[in-house]
Amino acid sequence: MTISKRTFDVVVVGAGGSGMRAALAMSEAGLKVAVLSKVFPTRSHTVAAQGGIAASLGNVTEDNWHWHMYDTVKGSDYLGDQDAIEFMCRAAPEVVYELEHFGMPFDRLDNGKIYQRPFGGHMQDYGKNPVQRACAAADRTGHALLHTLYQQNVKANTNFFVEWMALDLIRDEDGDVLGVTAMEIETGEVMILHARATLFATGGAGRIFSASTNAYINTGDGLGMAARAGIPLEDMEFFQFHPTGVYGAGVLITEGVRGEGGYLVNRDGERFMQRYAPNAKDLASRDVVSRAMATEIKEGRGCGPRGDHVLLKLDHLGDDVIRHRLPGIREISLKFAHVDPAQAPIPVVPTAHYMMGGIPTNYHGQVVAPYKTGPEEVVQGFYAVGECACVSVHGANRLGCNSLLDLLVFGREAARQIIEDLARNPHPKPLPPDAAERPLARLARLDTQKEGESVAEVGDAMRHVMQAHCGVFRFPDLLAEGVKQIGEVAVRARNTVIKDKSRIFNTARVEALELDNLIEVAQATMHSAAAREESRGGHARDDFPLRDDVKWLKHSLYFSAGERLDYKPVRLKPLTVESFPLKARVY
Amino acid sequence: MQNLAGSLLLNPDLRRLRWRCRRGLLELDIVLGRFVERYAGLDERQKELFDELLDLPDTTLWDMISGKTPALQDDQRALLAIINAD
Repeated sequence: MTISKRTFDVVVVGAGGSGMRAALAMSEAGLKVAVLSKVFPTRSHTVAAQGGIAASLGNVTEDNWHWHMYDTVKGSDYLGDQDAIEFMCRAAPEVVYELEHFGMPFDRLDNGKIYQRPFGGHMQDYGKNPVQRACAAADRTGHALLHTLYQQNVKANTNFFVEWMALDLIRDEDGDVLGVTAMEIETGEVMILHARATLFATGGAGRIFSASTNAYINTGDGLGMAARAGIPLEDMEFFQFHPTGVYGAGVLITEGVRGEGGYLVNRDGERFMQRYAPNAKDLASRDVVSRAMATEIKEGRGCGPRGDHVLLKLDHLGDDVIRHRLPGIREISLKFAHVDPAQAPIPVVPTAHYMMGGIPTNYHGQVVAPYKTGPEEVVQGFYAVGECACVSVHGANRLGCNSLLDLLVFGREAARQIIEDLARNPHPKPLPPDAAERPLARLARLDTQKEGESVAEVGDAMRHVMQAHCGVFRFPDLLAEGVKQIGEVAVRARNTVIKDKSRIFNTARVEALELDNLIEVAQATMHSAAAREESRGGHARDDFPLRDDVKWLKHSLYFSAGERLDYKPVRLKPLTVESFPLKARVY
Repeated sequence: MQNLAGSLLLNPDLRRLRWRCRRGLLELDIVLGRFVERYAGLDERQKELFDELLDLPDTTLWDMISGKTPALQDDQRALLAIINAD
């Protein structure tokens, strides 16, 4: 296969909020920036973010960055790095005002200032009272953010490669990153993008689970590429789940449904929440409801032929109440569960939503990995931001509205760092002779493989193993079996076959390449979860129900080669203030 | 499904459309992914309209499909009814 080559100052992979925020700053600084995206930039998954951007502007209620920092540290269940969290919370007002200048249509107060709304976990005075900290654009903050940043990037002459998929990182023998190999989805053309800086902003990987709210594009491409290139993945056991997603679809049913009198039942028709939370029942907190659902499923009281979900019963409310008070839910149920909730219960299951772990970085967006002299050596030329990165500001659990903030703060900061690094380093290092060897071998395998399983079949097996063995509530026997099974699936993933070998818009090939990435993430998640013998934030274990700060106040690092785990300390020391001491995380 | 695979091999436009049904919102991935399998059965005008719908921003398109903001044109509404019938 012939490969063309182009040279840029920076190649950015991913055109969601973080990739476009970074690209904008770098293009404005005069750098030649290429941004690769599998889909049109404004169709990135950032579009699904509705809540808002957390920033202590104090426009509605008194607020300051130190309170925001406290909430974020506590929310992270103390696994967040306090230097990065201080940096993010201090920078928050500035990145919001910048966005306002770019033309972001924020909701406003009568006095013209940005309106702010309350959001779970954001408090005044170190956890005392709720604060209004979220800056939003109606219920389409993510959409408005993407459009604003895209327009600014077009103005700044960012080079967009739309419908291009990055395949693999290029590293030389010093371990420095020199760009990526990528494929144009329309033509199947493969190109080397040679760059002095490579920034990954590829988003999350919720698609490793069969129940996920993530769009189909969220296949952890950046994580897969990093893992194959020898970079560890950090804290991959921490995923945020929502208790009630529609079984088989992933679309969420809001908690409001249980507020209106809906309740959960198991295969025997039993209202099981009465056993787990005798007082609050179905209105217990998310964690409690999710764990109860997972326990029912594990103990054989789940519904359906696979016994892998429970039912949300609303029919007793009557057609009138459902139509008038829950019209959105009726619509979702009809469309995604093919069930009229006035006639029959909705099948639901705990559903993965947000990935706290990712490619390890410091708070300048530089990728860091253990090397000769320490656990956090900078990988030259490589940067990561957004959900694919683990800075770590979310630690074991993310607060709502902190993810859009994360995109903006670290998108901007990684750009600043890259501009500074490139000023010191004006010439690109030469490409190694085997620069595109790995991706070409992967493509050649797909072209020549005659026998094997379909990508869909192996993908289903992976999602099923992850959901059943490494879901919202984790059991020792299931995890041990899960490690074994996901290893078997990984072997099968190396032996998939695609029938369609053509070049033009070959979605079968794209999906096979995506599976290579998903399986790296799935392995990292399963191994890290099986090893972490405590419960903290998004990682909850039946056999170790408590947080264990003596043994487990540390970040996991999973290396794909050798399926090996290592650990590094949490950065408890902030930049300028005192460290927040460890406390139980109760609300 | 056999016919579909065959037609996909032959028809680059359909293959392109299939990729463009990959969206930022999961709801659209599911609804459009289901519907695009029936694209071949649409008439020319409906095909054009579907192409136009795919150019809309995700939030706008989802609001139209879910009925939150009804489409303004009659023929768009008719196509959305077909999409919603899946």
